[in-house]
Amino acid sequence: MGILEVKGVNKRFGGLKALSDVNLSVRENTVHAIIGPNGAGKSTLLNCLVGKLIPDTGSVMFDGQSVLGRKPHEINQMGISRVFQTPEIFGDLTVMENILIPCFARRDGAFRLHAFENFAHEKDLVEKAEAILVDVNMIDKRNMHSASMSRGDKRRLEMAMCLVQEPKLLLLDEPTAGMARADTNNTIDLLRDIKSKRDITMCIIEHDMHVVFSLADRITVLAQGTPLVEDEPENIKGNPKVQEAYLGEAAH
Amino acid sequence: MLGLNKHDAMLFVIVLILTLLAPFLLNPFPQGSSLAQFNAGYPDLMQRFVIYGIFAIGFNILFGLTGYLSFGHAAFLGMGSYAAVWIFKLLTYNVVPAILLSVIVAGLFALVIGYISLRRSGIYFSILTLAFAQMSFALAYSVLSNPKFNLTNGETGLQVYSNDPQWLHRASLPDMPHLFGLSVRSTYTLRMNGWTFDFNSGYYICAAIMILMFYLSIRIFRSPFGMMLRAIKSNQQRLNYTGLNSRPYTLAAFVISGMYAGLAGGLLAAMDPLAGAERMQWTASGEVVLMTILGGAGTLIGPVLGAGFIKYFENIFSKINDNVLHQWFAFLPDGMEDLMVTIVHPFIGKGWNLTLGLLFMIVVIFLPGGLVEGGQRVGRVFRRRDRKASGAEAEAARQRRTPAE
Ligand SMILES: Nc1ncnc2c1ncn2[C@@H]1O[C@H](COP(=O)(O)OP(=O)(O)O)[C@@H](O)[C@H]1O
Ligand SMILES: [Mg+2]
Repeated sequence: MGILEVKGVNKRFGGLKALSDVNLSVRENTVHAIIGPNGAGKSTLLNCLVGKLIPDTGSVMFDGQSVLGRKPHEINQMGISRVFQTPEIFGDLTVMENILIPCFARRDGAFRLHAFENFAHEKDLVEKAEAILVDVNMIDKRNMHSASMSRGDKRRLEMAMCLVQEPKLLLLDEPTAGMARADTNNTIDLLRDIKSKRDITMCIIEHDMHVVFSLADRITVLAQGTPLVEDEPENIKGNPKVQEAYLGEAAH
Repeated sequence: MLGLNKHDAMLFVIVLILTLLAPFLLNPFPQGSSLAQFNAGYPDLMQRFVIYGIFAIGFNILFGLTGYLSFGHAAFLGMGSYAAVWIFKLLTYNVVPAILLSVIVAGLFALVIGYISLRRSGIYFSILTLAFAQMSFALAYSVLSNPKFNLTNGETGLQVYSNDPQWLHRASLPDMPHLFGLSVRSTYTLRMNGWTFDFNSGYYICAAIMILMFYLSIRIFRSPFGMMLRAIKSNQQRLNYTGLNSRPYTLAAFVISGMYAGLAGGLLAAMDPLAGAERMQWTASGEVVLMTILGGAGTLIGPVLGAGFIKYFENIFSKINDNVLHQWFAFLPDGMEDLMVTIVHPFIGKGWNLTLGLLFMIVVIFLPGGLVEGGQRVGRVFRRRDRKASGAEAEAARQRRTPAE
């Protein structure tokens, strides 16, 4: 029984069947990769997990509870954090503030009227935020206006915002898309490092095979809204169905 | 100091000093001189400066931080005034209970109106608040004023009559709003060769409250709550996916700003015990939007500057008439003089709104950050001349942006 159990999920957009009968089981403390060609429905699947979309049919259970019908903030409070395909950060705020917000969310819940409190009394949270900034190598940028950073930095910032929450399940939607090779390698190292340091379950969508094979414990291949196979990385590489649907196509 | 960082504490002290010395600073020209018409140091106008300052400071907590643009905040101003006048009619002329009730009433209405309006965002939110304010105006103007149930006294406006009960009134107390016996109209006038300075107790009551409200707003801006509100403006979706429910945050900001508006309305009634429905009209709601944007939305000091700026020029421009213009342009040849008077005429007196509209356009187009941005640009020009100072300022700016310090 996995920490995340997706059963029989269907999702239509008008006439387009974006997801058809998707089953997925993510086991605790593993990295589960979802791969598949563009438009396969990978982002749609993630959207169904975090409350952005509601599947037409099917069930999504996390940690023994259904997430369907819950609001995004409630699902996050259950322990799911998500990195988006295009970085979603608080552009008007500083890097430090971007990290502090998830810290407050984790400690104080979905709402607290801390209108007359002072950051000077939040040493613990500030230290925690600084520690994660050191981990992602951004401590020197702590007072930077986050909108003015490079795309790669924004991605790392968003990842740090999710990591600082110490989620039970971290969802990553193409975390290395648009990154230079060096940045991609840094990201792989970072994710490996996180995995080795704490108990974390990750579900990662990725185009870059190098990233997938160096991180994933298990891989699901999605094509046209349906899972083709789910297996260990070594077996995926040699699977002819996958070659045809995805790897073959990518090789062209 | 007082839980403020260095920069904020300095700003607070400056505002404190300027407010306390306003009777001097606003009367720079001797009585009887031709420039005396530009003086602004009379009690009535100074009271309006600080009261509308409170209104705008509160509005800025909603609009400046969260970006939710309410077009109906004058409704809370009006409700505050009605609540205060009812206390004057039923209980006492003491301003303390009147102001407390103003804040409570406005807060409760803000809770209901905000709860409904905040189900939408952007333009739909603005329209909803406008609709509520116009409904409140209609209620106050006619519906709630009939012989059977007269809550607002309609067109005439709510005022205190000699046969009102005033249960707690004592003969020894002034027969006008007062603070524990100190009448809001008592004024000490200081005369110094030609100059006169009015020290009015009503002004100082309002000023003290504005200082307190300004302090609270700094604390809110710098608090984790204020950071959440800025995050809502920046990226509400990210906030939701970070486990925070934006609805109660915006509602809290809405209620706080509604209470500020109610307080301002209560003070308006306390300075002049009268409440009319026109105080709730959409033009009044628009005015506080203009004040905030003109001064600099989202900045601490901007709304106060905007309120002072608009109220000052409203007063000056409304007073100028054609006679004054003829005096000004008397140095020109006759034909030119008449031409100039004809050109300027539409912008003065009742035409003040035309001038305000033009000013507003100029600011929005050339200084989108408002008067505060204007000040910063001027400051930058000076700083460029002084390298050292610029380094220090940049350091201060860096510290300002770091919430932890
Ligand atoms: N909100 C939406 N409305 C309509 N169609 C959508 C929406 N989101 C995604 N789609 C469509 O669903 C399909 C799957 O999209 P997506 O999940 O983004 O693919 P992937 O992330 O695997 O590249 C695509 O054909 C896309 O155009
Ligand atoms: Mg996608």
